Amino acid sequence: MSSLSPPVKKLWWNEPIHKSELLWISLVFVWGLVMTFMMPYWHVVGKQNLGTETYKTTPADFQQATQAFVDKFTVRNEGPRNHPVVAPPAGGDVYMLGRLWDWWPIVQLKKGETYRFHLSSLDWQHGFSLQPANINIQVVPNYEHVFSLTPTEAGEYSVICNEYCGIGHHLMIGKILVVE
Amino acid sequence: MVNTTQMLNKVFRTCPDTGLTFHGPAENLIKANAVAAVVFLLVGGIFGLLVGLTRWQAVHLLGAEDFYMVLTAHGLNVLIFWMIFFEIAVLYFCSSVLLGCRIATPRWAWAGFVLMVVGAIMNNVVVLQGNASVMMTSYAPMEAPPLFYLSLILFAVGALIGCFVFFGTLVVAKNDRTYEGSLPLVTFGAMTAAIIAVFTIVSGAIILIPTFLWSVGIVGEIDALAYRLIWWAFGHSSQQINVAAHVSVWYAIAAILFGARPLSEKVSRTAFLMYILFLQIASAHHLLVDPGVSSNFKMFNTSYAMYLAVMASMVHGLTVPGSIEAAQRAKGHRAGLFTWLRKAPWGNPTFSGMFISLVGFGFLGGITGVVMGAEQINLLIHNTLYVPGHFHATVVVGSTLAFMALTYWLVPVLFRREIIFKGLARWQPYLFGLGMSGVSLFLMGAGTLGVPRRHWDIGFAGTGGITHEFPAAAYTMLALNGMSVIVAVIGGAAFCVIIVGSLLFGRKLGDQKMDVPWIAAPVTEEEYNANGGSAFAIPGTVVLAMIFFISFALYYFINWKYLAETWGIS
Amino acid sequence: MSEQDPGESGPVPMMQKLLDNPFLLLFIGVASPALLYLVWGIMEIVTIPVK
Repeated sequence: MSSLSPPVKKLWWNEPIHKSELLWISLVFVWGLVMTFMMPYWHVVGKQNLGTETYKTTPADFQQATQAFVDKFTVRNEGPRNHPVVAPPAGGDVYMLGRLWDWWPIVQLKKGETYRFHLSSLDWQHGFSLQPANINIQVVPNYEHVFSLTPTEAGEYSVICNEYCGIGHHLMIGKILVVE
Repeated sequence: MVNTTQMLNKVFRTCPDTGLTFHGPAENLIKANAVAAVVFLLVGGIFGLLVGLTRWQAVHLLGAEDFYMVLTAHGLNVLIFWMIFFEIAVLYFCSSVLLGCRIATPRWAWAGFVLMVVGAIMNNVVVLQGNASVMMTSYAPMEAPPLFYLSLILFAVGALIGCFVFFGTLVVAKNDRTYEGSLPLVTFGAMTAAIIAVFTIVSGAIILIPTFLWSVGIVGEIDALAYRLIWWAFGHSSQQINVAAHVSVWYAIAAILFGARPLSEKVSRTAFLMYILFLQIASAHHLLVDPGVSSNFKMFNTSYAMYLAVMASMVHGLTVPGSIEAAQRAKGHRAGLFTWLRKAPWGNPTFSGMFISLVGFGFLGGITGVVMGAEQINLLIHNTLYVPGHFHATVVVGSTLAFMALTYWLVPVLFRREIIFKGLARWQPYLFGLGMSGVSLFLMGAGTLGVPRRHWDIGFAGTGGITHEFPAAAYTMLALNGMSVIVAVIGGAAFCVIIVGSLLFGRKLGDQKMDVPWIAAPVTEEEYNANGGSAFAIPGTVVLAMIFFISFALYYFINWKYLAETWGIS
Repeated sequence: MSEQDPGESGPVPMMQKLLDNPFLLLFIGVASPALLYLVWGIMEIVTIPVK
């Protein structure tokens, strides 16, 4: 009688469990509790908890809001795509949109300040991947995702797309600049 | 008509090597599904080679358009077609053969098989025509031709029929009283896989049918967020079918090679029950950095409700090698901690494949999956190459290698042909396991450096000057990944050559018994009870399990530390 | 007949009855993730406010 055959004992539920197994089951159960605890614990003490505030929107509305943001705070244009560099006031709102195949606009932030980010897509799904900080967020059309972001170091950061979005996926790149 | 059905129901043969009873129609169905599986593994494996050689930036084999097309085909062929065909074969084997009964409604089973074959071929044709390069996930509102969705629906309907033939066969066995008491553990595990498969396919239908209607213009809009939620109930659960199936295969191989029985029926079955209840909700792993779903939803579902399904996997991870240790000790390999393991048949690909699958699935696939499934840690790796790195350890080192291992044993039993190229077969699991572990590790390494998945050029050559410079280590990782892919593909090709070669040219066995014993006699009660029943003390396995636990805990907390170092986000 | 083997006689425990019932397991295996994951998730998505 092996695992390929019915159980040896008819009432196998009443069979005792061996010590080694019991020890292991207790250990992994407790470990499961520890891991379960870690996530809410991090919500309380950790500084990296992606907010889930979300609104239904449309590509047209979101583009308009982003345009208004760009019109208000653009400081210069830059780069091969001549994108506006937008420097919102510390603690202010930031709009960034993903579209085939571009992140728009370039945003300039101050180190240590907290900004309210608004993120959405004008067409397909995209992946906001901030490098080398390694922060990765799914961007879904028709939904405006709002969360706070606090840069911890100055420098030039890339926003690459890490959700496949068609033939130009690998051309989709944008920038976030962090100044002292 | 009635007469032929009645006659078919009586066509049984007994395998001279294993003593197992085969119902004729069931046997043919198992053969057909297993052969189809290997064909799609071969096709998908070739695409995988092309993907690996393109990611290797110095080689960069394919152009962007071909790369995305081939990547789509690679994912579907190996993650869906190879896996599900093999699993249907496993389901029929674990029901009809292990229970020694006729298979229920073989005509329906053939209809299901035909639907699956038509769906899989149609899908490959549509994808290779070039305008369905939407990846396996085909995220709406990115649109594929209607035939793309239709092919998946046909395949899924076929697979669903297969699941119900399995459940029907359980009923047949019970009514015909071909077994006494409860189902064998291996059949119970297969049933777990079938249950998960039903949920998977129903979810697939809920999302793919409206998406198909949308692609032909009948439905106006597909909500992108709802698509993600429901698609992953299909996409992630389909990989949970693999987990339940390969765990059953581990138990089966432990029984086949060692005559092992579970340490405790109660513990192993309860672990499978945890899979039935909670494994599938981990589809939320894919939504952890999505907008619109609350942290409560994310935390509850990503943790399989307090990690109960993880507990189940860790229990199987102990009881499978534990049952082997107990059987080996009962048979006299009692010395020290690891004599039982050293005396295992390492030259038998059925054993080596199974054991590498067990270790690789646990250490490489399991730990990384749970760690990146923590709600906040996911922020670091979502959609990076870490994700494919993880699932190449679970689905390829874990499931695929376990299925390969079983196949070496099945071919002589089912087809009555001897395995050819035995020397090569002895090395094949090591080649494939090593190569694929390399793939997994190096993809994960690149992923921790931020390299995106499904990305043709991380050098950003075509952007007109806006670039991002990944560290040189990322390029090294991708090169090492390319080399590992080559090793793994040699291992995979060896498997296909050995199996197909054996089917065509292996020495015919007929009704003759083979020279080597093909199934171990079950360890007897007396053997287990010798030496005061000490066989059930499994010190070697406990040591291995502790090493696993320590690695797991260390890696888990290291990742929280990494997380603490990045930007503040809330 | 001094002592009966508890593995061979007596009523079948409830948990064993559950684990021996494939169709009940099929039902809870589909219903449980459907509620915990699909229904809960869809509820959250449809209640996302319009800005």
